[in-house]
Amino acid sequence: MSELADLAARVAGWARRGEQVEAYVARSRETEVQVYGGGVESLSAAESSGVGIRVVRAGRQGFAYAGSLDLDVVEETLAEARDNAGFATEDDHLGLPEPDGVVPAELDLWREELLSFPTDDKVSMALELERAVRAADPRIRQVESAEWGDAAVETAVCSSTGISAATRRTACYLSALAVAGDAGDTQTGVGFSVGRAPADLDAAEAATDAATRATRLLGARKPRSAHLTVVLEPRVTATFLSILAGTLDGESVLKGRSLFADRVGEAVSVAGFTLVDDPTDPDAYSAASYDAEGLATRRNVLVDGGVLRGFLYNTYWARRAGTVSTASAVRAGYKSAPGIGARAVSLVPGERSPEEILQMVGDGLLVQTVSGVHSGVNPVSGDFSVGAEGVLIEGGALAAPVRELTIASTVQRMLAGVVAVGNDLERLPSAASGVTLAIADVSMSGE
Amino acid sequence: MSDRDLIDEEVVGAVLAAALRNGGEFAEIFAEDRRATGARLDDGRVEDLASGRERGAGIRVVVGDTTGFAHTSDLSRGGLEAAAAAAAGAARGGGGGVRTVSLRPVRAPAPNEVGVLPETVAKADKVELLRRADDAARRAGSAIRQVSVVYGDSRRRILVANSDGVLAGDDQVKTRFAVSCVASGDTGLQTGRESVGATVGFELFRTVDVEQLAEAAAARAIGKLSARPAPSGSVPVVIKRGSGGVLFHEACGHGLEADHIEKDVSVFTGKVGQLVASPLVTLVDDGTMGPEWGALAIDDEGHPAQRNVLIEDGVLTDYMWDWLRSRKQGRTSSGNGRRESYQHLPMVRMTNTYVLAGSEDPDEIVRQTPRGVYVAQLGGGQVNTATGDFVFGMTEAYLIEDGRITEPLRDANLIGNGPEVLRNIDVVGNDFAMGSPGTCGKNGQGVPVGDGQPTLRVAALTVGGTAR
Repeated sequence: MSELADLAARVAGWARRGEQVEAYVARSRETEVQVYGGGVESLSAAESSGVGIRVVRAGRQGFAYAGSLDLDVVEETLAEARDNAGFATEDDHLGLPEPDGVVPAELDLWREELLSFPTDDKVSMALELERAVRAADPRIRQVESAEWGDAAVETAVCSSTGISAATRRTACYLSALAVAGDAGDTQTGVGFSVGRAPADLDAAEAATDAATRATRLLGARKPRSAHLTVVLEPRVTATFLSILAGTLDGESVLKGRSLFADRVGEAVSVAGFTLVDDPTDPDAYSAASYDAEGLATRRNVLVDGGVLRGFLYNTYWARRAGTVSTASAVRAGYKSAPGIGARAVSLVPGERSPEEILQMVGDGLLVQTVSGVHSGVNPVSGDFSVGAEGVLIEGGALAAPVRELTIASTVQRMLAGVVAVGNDLERLPSAASGVTLAIADVSMSGE
Repeated sequence: MSDRDLIDEEVVGAVLAAALRNGGEFAEIFAEDRRATGARLDDGRVEDLASGRERGAGIRVVVGDTTGFAHTSDLSRGGLEAAAAAAAGAARGGGGGVRTVSLRPVRAPAPNEVGVLPETVAKADKVELLRRADDAARRAGSAIRQVSVVYGDSRRRILVANSDGVLAGDDQVKTRFAVSCVASGDTGLQTGRESVGATVGFELFRTVDVEQLAEAAAARAIGKLSARPAPSGSVPVVIKRGSGGVLFHEACGHGLEADHIEKDVSVFTGKVGQLVASPLVTLVDDGTMGPEWGALAIDDEGHPAQRNVLIEDGVLTDYMWDWLRSRKQGRTSSGNGRRESYQHLPMVRMTNTYVLAGSEDPDEIVRQTPRGVYVAQLGGGQVNTATGDFVFGMTEAYLIEDGRITEPLRDANLIGNGPEVLRNIDVVGNDFAMGSPGTCGKNGQGVPVGDGQPTLRVAALTVGGTAR
């Protein structure tokens, strides 16, 4: 760890007079075990590391990266970033962040036991998962994949403006894709279990999850088109929240690409809808003490009781907006300069259980999965149209399964149409957590 | 670095021998040196000029049905041998012993010549293209509120060597350019995007006029300001040439990948020789089709790219194959083994996938459609190969009323079932075009792919709009 921080500090120290330099250094160690038919299909072990360097000089920014931590390569990368800065547009708002005094949350996200966990045991857990999926239901005809994965990720960011931050986290998961078959019909279901250490994982739960999801869709038909209330399962809600968070970043707002640009202080949803992005929550999968620019993360309330409270910012876009960073800088690894993004977005859970929500809704559609999110949701216009599978709700109970349908509305109308927020917070291996969420007046297209 | 080999042949032999030391049946080195430049102009500013470089090698060892894989960014003999040992350990060879490999070069013609290597072009010239496109888009109308322009180039040099004796290399140069516009009107914001990409260098811009591209993106955004909600339900859909190749990519392309077939998780399993589509459909996957976005000389397993006919006159003729899956069937690869980078295992992937032209006049197809939807641009899509259900998004579409293209429609997804949609194609036009460059994602790996088709009609597809 200190090795990465030392390297980042060393690069920052190469800043010339009148120049700001930031180095982001990352290293990850990953294993992936895929099993199939009772044997190991593939086993990958990999370590990768790299550096991304930002240079700001005379109001211009340049960025370069390299997939190596060799000193000569790192020096070349700095030279390249300097050169690139010469071609950017001059902008007085550019500049690296300085420490802002916010105390970083003390998060314990590293589990040494994951690093010493034997490969044989990883294989055993993946095999156990595969067996459990097959045993869960006689209609499971295939386990397309059963997988163990783990990662240990360390990062350090250091700048000539006084930033010095290091993070490290471990994660592991079990994941299975079950294929159920019955009378010529085929349906699939994904189940998983995630944690920071092997002891957090529950193969039986993941297996049941995959099998249940696949089998309950057997016999699904394309429904008649209708307008109805949809009940999103927690995973689908998390997808919806990720889209929503993407429309609430300060960059989109200032560039005129957000449908919420002028609506701070207005009601955009109902009183029970409170949306927060809180990377300091240790239970969030992507919790982090620092953002990708090395500022301490903080809890940001985006929508409070239905009222839009604000947007997420990194340093540059905060300056453009005349405010301060919300420590929401994110990167897609060392290959990218910091953008803006939510890390741990979630709704504050409501009072009702999923069963109570079904009762309350009476007739509608329980949405199990959605597809085509990147092709069917336009975060600028708000148009929302996604493929879906699920189960019809009749008289407050689950009825016939349905497939090959879309659900459509606009993000704006969906927020206004929220009728219930569930109490069943589910942590997911993503930057969003989910709860059961009921939304009225959505178009379901089928026959 | 570009003027010498990634790894010496002698080192290649030694590393393969190390990988086989534990009794591996097959070993492979995939080495890669990738340089990329990306520039973005957004909000009137050149925000970012970013460049990067990555080098490394992935080593695969196969024992029985088990594949071991390790990768390293250290291309020295020591670094490679360490990775080879890790991969061999992962695959757990039983036996032992020494095997030497005699390598023979695989020669494959480049899909096309590359004229101007990106690294020979001044960064200022790349940035200048961004400004010209930005100016042109903003001139296109006062409704245009925001313009984002992206330039990208990459040069990927690869070397593949394996214990079957294959030694092959490729030098893949790609260049792309995209313009996205936001228009603002009484009904809110709308977007328009245009992109081009090819397996060429900077000479792309001799044939592509970035100003025209920007104007087209702007016109699309402005045109959608008056769009009405798309229909909800099943209607005939006419898809304009070059806009809907993604339909075939999702409806059957993924389902014809041999890894899905092997596991019996494709609706096309066991269907070779059977009628799986309308007799009007002939579908080809063609890695040799230069300079299209998915073109290559050799695939990422050292196999020369091929033109593979997948469906001929509606009859399924073959699947797409990589080394691993073809070996089990005792046949040869079809040149479809690809990977995102040296950090990934290869899989069966598409290259350039397209439907051949038919015989109908495209205008006549619209005239013969009393009511339906005309799609002029599609976005991405997604498929579940086990069920065949797939979605794809329309980003420019119109109503067809009384055989005429009328009002613009707001964005929506379309949903269908692959085998049903293929059977439901009832007219195919005599025109043809390749579409925009795409990135196909599968199991977390993205690779560049192309697609294309003539204008055609699907008799019934579910449009996921909101119109009552």
